[in-house]
Amino acid sequence: MAGPKYPGFDTLALHAGQSPDPATGSRAVPVYQTTSYVFRDSEHAASLFNMERAGHVYSRISNPTVAVLEERMAALEGGVGAIATASGQAALHLAVATLMDAGSHIVASNSLYGGSHNLLGFTMKRFGIETTFVAPGTAENFRKAIRPNTRLLFAETLGNPGLEVLDVPAVAQVAHEAGLPLLVDATFTTPYLMKPFELGADLLYHSATKFLGGHGVAIGGVLVDSGRFDWEKSGKFPQLTAPYSGFHNMDFEEESGTRAFLLRARREGLRDFGACMAPMTAFQILQGIETLHLRMPRHVENTRKVVQFLAGNPAVAKVVYPELPAHPNHELAKRLLPRGCGAVFTFDIQGGADGNARRAGARFIEALRVFSHLANVGDAKSLVIHPASTTHYRMTDEDLRKAGIGPGTVRLSIGLEDAGDLVEDLGRALAASQKAASQK
Amino acid sequence: MNFTVDGRTAFAYTAAHAIDPAKPTVVFVHGAGLDHSVFGLQSRYFGYHGRNVLALDLPAHGRSEGPPLATVPEMADWVMRLLDAAKLEKAAIVGHSMGSLIALECAARHPRRVERVALLGVAYPMTVSEPFLQAAKANLQDAYDMDTIWGHSAQAALGANPNPGMWMYGESLARLGRLGPGVLYNDLKACHTYAGGEAAAAKLQCPVMIVLGRRDQMTPAKTGTAFARTVPNARLVQLEASGHSLMTEAPDATLDALIEFFRN
Repeated sequence: MAGPKYPGFDTLALHAGQSPDPATGSRAVPVYQTTSYVFRDSEHAASLFNMERAGHVYSRISNPTVAVLEERMAALEGGVGAIATASGQAALHLAVATLMDAGSHIVASNSLYGGSHNLLGFTMKRFGIETTFVAPGTAENFRKAIRPNTRLLFAETLGNPGLEVLDVPAVAQVAHEAGLPLLVDATFTTPYLMKPFELGADLLYHSATKFLGGHGVAIGGVLVDSGRFDWEKSGKFPQLTAPYSGFHNMDFEEESGTRAFLLRARREGLRDFGACMAPMTAFQILQGIETLHLRMPRHVENTRKVVQFLAGNPAVAKVVYPELPAHPNHELAKRLLPRGCGAVFTFDIQGGADGNARRAGARFIEALRVFSHLANVGDAKSLVIHPASTTHYRMTDEDLRKAGIGPGTVRLSIGLEDAGDLVEDLGRALAASQKAASQK
Repeated sequence: MNFTVDGRTAFAYTAAHAIDPAKPTVVFVHGAGLDHSVFGLQSRYFGYHGRNVLALDLPAHGRSEGPPLATVPEMADWVMRLLDAAKLEKAAIVGHSMGSLIALECAARHPRRVERVALLGVAYPMTVSEPFLQAAKANLQDAYDMDTIWGHSAQAALGANPNPGMWMYGESLARLGRLGPGVLYNDLKACHTYAGGEAAAAKLQCPVMIVLGRRDQMTPAKTGTAFARTVPNARLVQLEASGHSLMTEAPDATLDALIEFFRN
């Protein structure tokens, strides 16, 4: 471009959304640990409530510290704005509840985080919102499941647990041809590895608990809007394009154009459902984002070393990672994720001839010293879980197979430790697992 | 609210109020490549404080049908025909950037119908650089990028939007992304070629307020201040913390300036 330039990703990760505090000069983002804000006078109060002035009223709706995180994420993703929520699950719920009513329908990938599957497959169904789950491998699967009452297409940028790479441009095209928005869960990729809006997605959210924070000390979510979906033109979203009696008959699209979705999500969703983020949580997640551009390359670098080690180890039956040529989305990954496919993946331990894979998997976990055995991903520390002996332990081998999980499947989240230490730890645990597998 | 002007749909936001001929009216006129939503907070305030509000979308912008109008005088006459369609005889006009030139021209050409004008982010001449014009003519993303970056203060690049959770650059790019091909070029060319500013300023009979952002990179405050000297009895307000997007970057200060202007 001949003219001016935008700040780079690294600069935005450190600065976006904040000016040094005008009252104190504080360079760090101050934690505004307050529930509410004093009005200048009655007129000022009325103007804030009626959206005639910008500002904060009550920290369930907005808070200055949380607003820094929201603006920073909008800047990093290239959106018009964002809303920080109590968790990633709250972000997904906020998106769904803003866009549709009972009687609506969602087409979602069947390769989802279990919590998302529960929310859509069971809980939202109780409230009259149905979901059809489809294999995310081809965009055509989404198209075939669209009904007249469909209001949203939804998938993860990297599926769980198979790491299916979502063909965002193709699925976005299917969505837009049907007058629908595409929402993606971008938790596994972060804006450092993929910019879903540049590929055609309309809305996205993160579990900020994971890589955005990176430290594993705070639960949070963030919902970001590209502002590019034309709700008026779609004609399917009276929630955004017709007068809403719950807010002075406001027509959100007419009122604010590209800000319509976030306006309703904040003014109704946060107001009424109340799943807001606490200011200290926002501060903690901001500390993580300040180093996102430094951590993600190291996550990927370490993951590649670990994947290479595991792929060549005789105790390992299979490694599922899109950068491996055997992965069904290998070519798509090269196109959409040139910086890497993240740091979460699964592999299968050899179970032995008599099918002792569950025992082998459990022994593997117990033998690890550096990896932490827990139910989370995206931490700076390396994490591990063996689904067959924990989250899915009641399932039969056949049911596990249907869920894409083998009795010896292990999920790793690779952290920022010395890669040599990680490989050594895994090698020792694999040796232990094979002793267990060979036991009679 | 939709009106019909020249046989085509013309939209104006009215803050969810019906037009009442007994009330005073404020017309808000947006700038190049923008639409009514840039006045969201300010227009809503006046709509809920005893005035008719018409925050319009110029032809080919927002919800109004195209094609775009080619010159500032044509746009000014169109605004007055929108008033006709709304069955309103008189109005005050608040214009931003290109809209400030339109407001100026409205007041000069229709002195009996324009009660007062507020010119936000105004400069005259409103020249546009050749690279910007050429990029817009070719419908290049570069033009939207220039419009976005120069359309805000340097600080806006790093954010701190007074409107919680919103990203100013993102809003600008998303809005520009909805424009039809050639519309931004049409507007920039209209600004660049407008030559009636001095003559219009000399004709002004109504109260005038000029609001400038000291950090304006698009229409620098220095140019706006020089123009203000040519407007008899103009009230000049300079906002320290704002660039060209006054309504977004300094929404409360802009509103306060307008409230004070209308109070007097």
